[in-house]
Amino acid sequence: MATKILMEALSPTMEEGRLVEWKKQEGDTVAAGDVLAEVETDKAVMDLVARAAGTLLKQVIPAGTTVPVTQLVGVIGKPGEDIAAIIGGNGQARASAPAAPAAPAAPAAKRVEPKLAGDADVVPAPPASAVTESSSKSIPGGLTKGPETAAPLATTAAEPGARIKASPLARRIASERGLDLGSIHGSGPEGRIIIRDLEGVAAQASGPASGGGPAGGQVPAALSGFTDVPLTQIRKTIAKRLAASIGPIPTFYLTTEVDMERVWEARSALNEASAAGGSKAKVSFNDIVIKATATALRQHPACNAWWQDDRIRYWNEIHVSMAVAVEDGLITPVIRNTDRKTLRQISAESQDMAARARERRLRPEEYTGGTFSVSNLGMFDIDQFTAVINPPEAGILAVGSIVEKPVIVNGAVVSRRRMRLTMSCDHRVIDGATGAAFLRTLKMLLENPLAMVW
Amino acid sequence: MASFDLIVLGGGPAGYVCAIRAAQLGLSTAVVEREKLGGVCVNIGCIPTKALLQSAYVANLLAHDAKDLGIETGPVKTDYGVAMRRSRKVAEQNSKGVEFLMKKHKITVIKGEGTLLPGRKVKVGNDVHEAKKAVVIATGSRVKGIPQIGLEINKTTVISSDEALFLEKAPATMAVIGAGAVGCEFADVFNAFGTKVTLIEALPRILPLEDAESSDALAKAFRKRKIDIFAGAKVTKADVGKDRVVLTLEAGGKTETIEVEKVLMAAGRAVNTENMGFKEAGVQLTDRGFVRVKPETLETTAAGVYCIGDVAGPPMLAHKGSREGVNVAELVAGQHPHPIRYDNVPSVTYCHPEVASIGLTEDQCKERKLDYQVGRFPFSANGRARTSGETDGFVKIIRDKKYGEILGAHIVGSHASEIIHELVVARENEYTVEEVDLAIHAHPTLSEAIAEAALDSMGKVIHI
Repeated sequence: MATKILMEALSPTMEEGRLVEWKKQEGDTVAAGDVLAEVETDKAVMDLVARAAGTLLKQVIPAGTTVPVTQLVGVIGKPGEDIAAIIGGNGQARASAPAAPAAPAAPAAKRVEPKLAGDADVVPAPPASAVTESSSKSIPGGLTKGPETAAPLATTAAEPGARIKASPLARRIASERGLDLGSIHGSGPEGRIIIRDLEGVAAQASGPASGGGPAGGQVPAALSGFTDVPLTQIRKTIAKRLAASIGPIPTFYLTTEVDMERVWEARSALNEASAAGGSKAKVSFNDIVIKATATALRQHPACNAWWQDDRIRYWNEIHVSMAVAVEDGLITPVIRNTDRKTLRQISAESQDMAARARERRLRPEEYTGGTFSVSNLGMFDIDQFTAVINPPEAGILAVGSIVEKPVIVNGAVVSRRRMRLTMSCDHRVIDGATGAAFLRTLKMLLENPLAMVW
Repeated sequence: MASFDLIVLGGGPAGYVCAIRAAQLGLSTAVVEREKLGGVCVNIGCIPTKALLQSAYVANLLAHDAKDLGIETGPVKTDYGVAMRRSRKVAEQNSKGVEFLMKKHKITVIKGEGTLLPGRKVKVGNDVHEAKKAVVIATGSRVKGIPQIGLEINKTTVISSDEALFLEKAPATMAVIGAGAVGCEFADVFNAFGTKVTLIEALPRILPLEDAESSDALAKAFRKRKIDIFAGAKVTKADVGKDRVVLTLEAGGKTETIEVEKVLMAAGRAVNTENMGFKEAGVQLTDRGFVRVKPETLETTAAGVYCIGDVAGPPMLAHKGSREGVNVAELVAGQHPHPIRYDNVPSVTYCHPEVASIGLTEDQCKERKLDYQVGRFPFSANGRARTSGETDGFVKIIRDKKYGEILGAHIVGSHASEIIHELVVARENEYTVEEVDLAIHAHPTLSEAIAEAALDSMGKVIHI
């Protein structure tokens, strides 16, 4: 029996996808795991992979079409198979609301189509994949159903509102770590989510309901090192009153001006040394600011935190998000464990991720889960600006351009390279003095770059 | 040359179960067995020993507890020969049952010694059989002596379980060397049949793989029944005579000499890997002598040759082998079976009181520096146990403090082997102690002790 190819949710926030290009043509033989098409999500261009082996019988939608997640885009089956019912039934199927959770349609499917009421395809869809090859006739009490799947790759139907199958322990760990079970693929019986499935999965804290920021902020489960601190009454009152006054995220701004002479010299020397050594590696000012930010965060954990509605999550690990402008918006790739990386590593990673961000080739786990953001408009000759907080993070640093200007040093007017930093703080998490102390450390680090490695 | 989809070498609990599952999935299947179907488990292992343990249970019940229950029988007379013949009958019936299952599933049983040939072929006698899809090695294990200390099994004074299961009468005195499940079960049986039993274990406690509290509880029960226990003891010398053996032991810095009619060797088993063409067919062994397999698929180093059961590595338990058999059959049939959770294989010793466990011991939790909380509930506070007059033992549940995961569970007591499965199911499905408590347990049952131990691990125990 034929297997439907559905538009899959390739990122946690994806609601619809544009089929950019079919990689397989009608009549092509496909194996499970083959790339069928490229799909542009809200964040990136990703591969739509075959969940079953067979022949691509039909491209239901042409390249360039945007369709909602779970919409039928193609059909895999045996040559000559009658698929009229599948294609015809599609429209009605869409119209009905997500119904009861249903048997997984494809054992290896990342996202499984729920069995919809009114779906033309009445016979339980057999899990069509390599498994299909095994004989079904000898199954004890064999109904007309296909071979038993019990496929370790069978996964969950994560239709919004649908019941998510997960073990109690997996649920508990997921809730503790802020993982969204709806975006996790279960490998237990009938696609049940078990502990094994949580390993290495990007944590997805829902954060403030307003969400807003890229994917609402995710952190890999492997980096679960954080401390949740329940809100005290005074914090609750502060949060309530400030939010009522200014908006869902009561933000305030702190600006400081940093002398960048030493960073300037250090960067020039580093890049010269690198070039002399035959390397093309170059460090940017932004890399240095990111490194300094991570180092300062280590000393000021109060700024490395998430607002979680009923508590504040203080992260033990530091993941700096870096805002990158892309053609029609911006995205924030995350440099993991920023404070533990060398400048060279940060530089290489930021270049790679910025390049891939512009090509829209970042994976969801690469642009989610930051604990603090840095946004730099220095290259656009912006002296100073205020950046919008990327929730659930509590702070973002807006970096202006480096400007040569007259300043007074030891009573004499001299020309110095100066840079303005403005930190936006979520007042529910960071108070004025807390933010100021962080910024002072950051300024000290940039003015004494050796202190970063002290 | 006959041709099958799948040929299983060995008709024990791993092999015959593998064959049945393969046949269910439409594969033409053959089993090669040199002795009786059912293997050690059915013929000279699990099944007959449990039959003897039932005799032992009744003997103890009548001798010690019946009068209290209002039943007087006069002096209790035991006859090991009768019990033995009953156990043989049970074993034979079970073996016939396996034969019937083979017929029912149209599985060809080839009698004889199988030799593996390269290219998925198996030679039995002069016939060569070909397996189109897979050969599955399930050749099992056998008893072994300790020749290094002069304790070679001679089948008269130095015996193994193989001989103990066929004795006509219980010896007056017996030393059991090795206090794992087998050693403890035989110590229990012969003690009930009037033998003066000395149980000797090299490691510091009996049932060394179980939780220390379980070992201690069993040792206490054994001592009460006058079984002598030497743990942390080394047999330094064995003087094997025609009708007696003198053993010299070193235990706790002291040297002891004991004279016994028979020595029962129960210190581990050797796997059957020799003289079956494994090496020539490309099947390699591990340093410890087991067949080397890929953990996920149980495929050996020879393509299309799989290995299951004792010979594939520990734990050497029938139920572990059976599950491996099912998984391999499904893999070969192109299915994707769920991976086996080797950390969730229950372990059971059927002596009185029974000892059962799943998961980690408390010592292992300590070694792994886990943050845990122990919950305990003694059967002396359990209504059902009190009605039965079987109040020895306890349920112990080790709970992960943060998530409530059941890290390990240990039960000593009557029917521990049965009630442990609530916790096996719980662990397999990743239930926490809270789900165990939420499930209403019938009253009065032994299983209530499990719910209470779960509660105790959360500081909420009710009946203590």
